[in-house]
Amino acid sequence: MPDTRAHGSTAVATGGDTATAPALLQIEDLTSSYGAVRALDGVSLTADAGRITAVLGANGAGKTTLLRTVSGLVRSSSGRVVLDGEDITSASVESMVGRGMAHVPEGRGVIAELTVHENLRVGALFRGKVEKSEYDRIYDLFPRIAERRDQPAHVLSGGERQMLVIGRALLAQPRILLLDEPSLGLAPRIVAQIFGLLRRLVDSEGLSVLLVEQNARSALSVADVGVVLNLGRVVVTDSARTLMADEDLRHAYLGF
Amino acid sequence: MQYFVNVTLTGLTEGMVYSAFALALVLIWRSTRIVNFAQGSMAAATTFIALALIQAGQSYWVALIVALLSGLLLGALVERVVIRPVEGGPELNAVIVTLGLFVAIQAAIAIVFGSAFQSFPTPFGLEGFQVGDNRIALTPNSVWVISAVLVTMALLVVLFRFTRIGLAMRASAFGQEVARLLGVRVGRMLTLGWALAAVVGSLAGLLIAGGEFVYPAYMDSLIVFGFVAAVLGGLDSPIGAIVGGLILGLALSYVSGYVERGSALVNVAALVILMVVLLVRPGGLFASSTARRA
Repeated sequence: MPDTRAHGSTAVATGGDTATAPALLQIEDLTSSYGAVRALDGVSLTADAGRITAVLGANGAGKTTLLRTVSGLVRSSSGRVVLDGEDITSASVESMVGRGMAHVPEGRGVIAELTVHENLRVGALFRGKVEKSEYDRIYDLFPRIAERRDQPAHVLSGGERQMLVIGRALLAQPRILLLDEPSLGLAPRIVAQIFGLLRRLVDSEGLSVLLVEQNARSALSVADVGVVLNLGRVVVTDSARTLMADEDLRHAYLGF
Repeated sequence: MQYFVNVTLTGLTEGMVYSAFALALVLIWRSTRIVNFAQGSMAAATTFIALALIQAGQSYWVALIVALLSGLLLGALVERVVIRPVEGGPELNAVIVTLGLFVAIQAAIAIVFGSAFQSFPTPFGLEGFQVGDNRIALTPNSVWVISAVLVTMALLVVLFRFTRIGLAMRASAFGQEVARLLGVRVGRMLTLGWALAAVVGSLAGLLIAGGEFVYPAYMDSLIVFGFVAAVLGGLDSPIGAIVGGLILGLALSYVSGYVERGSALVNVAALVILMVVLLVRPGGLFASSTARRA
């Protein structure tokens, strides 16, 4: 097994301060397959509260499958997913958002036929009636989508779509946000803007983020912890700063 | 001139019913990408339930409400029991299943209610209003037909535009996975969509039956007209279905009113209209499929 420096479910303490409380999201020995292909092969990792955890790796490393298995869209063949002490491995997809986990799937996931505002409202549907101020807050975070609130969502640019789906997920008031390749196809300036905003939300509002990204450089620049995935296995878990500094690892797995 | 007005009025009334039926098809197509060929048989079944009640001495209105409620149940039942198991498989499977259902329900109607022609009553008169010295082709019953369809459409607009459940239904139709991830019970919404479509289809069946003879296959031509109207409008668009229904109703009425032996040509005319529209605008008049792919 190549270079497995951190293994099992113990997260590596990061950024100087140590996390002693149990992790918000624990993924233990998770295995799942697409047909005959084993996409996840015993993946264990944790995402701590108030942190950004970035799962990195090349195309086909199992990043998307990891998030889809965590949120129940793909059923695991073994292993556990524990959210805040509660085993959610076999919980229904529809129940996840109510448990505090919002998954923004790959490819933006805007509902093109609905207006921008209706898309946002879908994020708050399960909560019942929601104060207007909560929508205003999202529009304040993303002024660019505020201008288009009554237009159909298919007129939005790629960056605006990403803002919309993140805003929609925030309206669900999640404790942990699962983001699948938010930087995909976006200009570097927009990526920096979105990642900067995530950082602020994590720091100021205690949001937690589990991010999967192929764009390792951008992801590590904003994340606290990095987990490198290769062919369905965790290769290394370490602080984002350490991973950034490890030239061999970057060349071998992260492509920069 | 008076003849033209009468032909137009007849066309509008018929077109309204085509619109309603097309709307039922569109509701299901939008949410599940299935053309429900059983819609006509389902509507016929509820019409026969209404007829049985009326023959047992109940009023038209009681029969109407019971029929619409049975449509609701039937739609939900069909989605849960018959459609759900084949969903996610090849798209053709579900269509074949609805074709099978079309035949099966018609057979069931014949077994339960017999296959004889029976006359179906109307709640209002069939004699045209008097305008000046002339009677026009607008009857109290056609006013009822037009208003029933308009009210139904208005209720659907309110449901889909202004209520949370309507938003959940639209989200389920257009973004199934995203909706599930955001906690929408997509399965329930699809069942509800089929149930509502069956209610609208049943209403169309009851309205077209008024003043006519019904038999197990009496909806067959309405299926064709409703389908043509839905395709005219682009299959994806409720407004398209309504406009498509009205255009078709008018066109068929003009063919039958102005072409020699036109009433025999009505079915052919429907096909010609369908072909011309598909050649000129393959996506239908109100195609929104480009937006969908974006």
